[in-house]
Amino acid sequence: MVTTDVSVEQLERTARKLRRHIVKMLAIAGSGHPGGSLSAIDILTALFLGGIMRYDPKNPRWEERDRFILSKGHAVPALYAVLAEAGFIPEEWLWQLRKIDTPMQGHPSVKDLPAVEASTGSLGQGLSIGLGMALAARLDGRQYRVYVMIGDGESEEGQVWEAAMAASHFRVGNLTAILDYNRYQLDGAIGEIMSIEPIVAKWEAFGWAVREIDGHNMQEILDALHWAKEPREQPSIIIAHTVKGKGVSFMENNNEFHGKAPTQAELEQALAELAD
Amino acid sequence: MARPLGEATREAYGKALAELGRENPNIVVLDGDLSKSTMTKYFAQEFPDRFFNVGIAEANMVGIAAGLASAGKIAFASSFACFVMCKAFDQMRLAVAYSGNNVKIVGTHGGISIGEDGVSQMGHEDIGLALSLPGFVVMVPADAAETRAAVRAAAEHVGPVYIRVGRPKAPIVYENGCPDFQIGRAITVREGRDVTLIANGLMVAAALDAAEALEQEGISARVLDMHTVRPLDEATIEKAARETGAIVVAEEHLLYTGLASQVAMAVARLHPVPMRFVGLYDYAESGAPDALMRKYGLTADDIAREARELVNMRQKAAV
Repeated sequence: MVTTDVSVEQLERTARKLRRHIVKMLAIAGSGHPGGSLSAIDILTALFLGGIMRYDPKNPRWEERDRFILSKGHAVPALYAVLAEAGFIPEEWLWQLRKIDTPMQGHPSVKDLPAVEASTGSLGQGLSIGLGMALAARLDGRQYRVYVMIGDGESEEGQVWEAAMAASHFRVGNLTAILDYNRYQLDGAIGEIMSIEPIVAKWEAFGWAVREIDGHNMQEILDALHWAKEPREQPSIIIAHTVKGKGVSFMENNNEFHGKAPTQAELEQALAELAD
Repeated sequence: MARPLGEATREAYGKALAELGRENPNIVVLDGDLSKSTMTKYFAQEFPDRFFNVGIAEANMVGIAAGLASAGKIAFASSFACFVMCKAFDQMRLAVAYSGNNVKIVGTHGGISIGEDGVSQMGHEDIGLALSLPGFVVMVPADAAETRAAVRAAAEHVGPVYIRVGRPKAPIVYENGCPDFQIGRAITVREGRDVTLIANGLMVAAALDAAEALEQEGISARVLDMHTVRPLDEATIEKAARETGAIVVAEEHLLYTGLASQVAMAVARLHPVPMRFVGLYDYAESGAPDALMRKYGLTADDIAREARELVNMRQKAAV
């Protein structure tokens, strides 16, 4: 299924709605990761709802589908929000986030939700798995693409760079990474904990096609995702400069909300700020 | 008494893999720059398009294997037992076991019988690590023929599998192949009444030698080839406990976590009998394989001694 003819304004409105879903599901769950979910949601909205990815919500395991792996698995509220909006899961499930006896695990679990492509949450693993899928597409002569979102803190993991080296060596043009560069990790600012700079030069040196964007500018996101689909014999990465907690004033660049759910009062304020 | 040596189990693995490659185009193989040692080179030579040498990057290798498997491939990934299990354990946990991906991990150079290269290259704990992963089938074949059967069974089984194979030439246990091999079904390689010797890998041949020596002393020892550590053949273990009343478990592995612990749990629950254990309590060292097996207590003599003591203990108690 390809969603087409969605305007930038519609996508922005949808992203705002999904931000409301994110803060609400986290407030109900009472725990979870708002900061990195809100920084990622514009990109996920464009990917799933902007006519970029091919999928069929009625048949989540359709063999020709494009794949998306959320390697920074703690941002799963953002993933669940787009999966609901795309029709993979009912919206009511969002309010069961992190609850026992539900498929809404605290980090993505492929066994619990068929719409999830890979179980993640131990950082660093997603790009390798995505590379495996991209290689399988080539072996089987299939046309699907694989998208993997990684975090900036996650980029400190050695496995990311093992996968980066291998993807370039195996010349997989159907693999696209997206770096959600929100500049904070759990313990503080990336630059203070463990700098990943010069990040563009690193990916270029590993042989990837690199494009930098503002990860909250819907038009730039869409343009970059179309750029990623251009035929080439190397993997591509979109380095998206984002704001942790984007859209909720008291969460923006406030690392207290890396892994803390909003209270009821904070939820109300957040919903007011995110109103249409 | 020593059995004739056959192929190394890693050699048998490599050849079995190439054979399977001819039969099933869905099989893919990954290696971490050790294909000339793990023997995945045979598959690589025949099927270069389906072989991925990822370089010295075991975590990435297992992640890629998981991705290939989730897209429908039967993915075999190999390195030395210690490297693949220790370095890629987190990937096996999340991307293979928890995800239920159809990945077959084959660790070569298991145990201390790799010899001169020493501890950093030896798989002392690979089976224990594999057993820590729910859903993993864990196998340790005894010789080349059984390895071929185990590799074939692994390819047919849908789900994660770990197989440990070894570096040195392995004594032949199955002269006429291993046609009745089934995952989770122990093979009674020798009948006996007084004591049961349960072993896998190279220790099966040692247990058979021990049984022959015990026979000279009038002790009738049953020998079970427990090639599958999980799912464990509890029925055959319980039967052995009831019928022979004493059990020795022998494995080329740390005793803290491996076949011995698994058998002991089953015996304790189903039919408690006196038990003894032959295996490792510490890291080994460099040296000739045979000399290491002697120094670290992994020989037929060690198994026979433990069995003899169990039988003597029972006789004293009966007097």
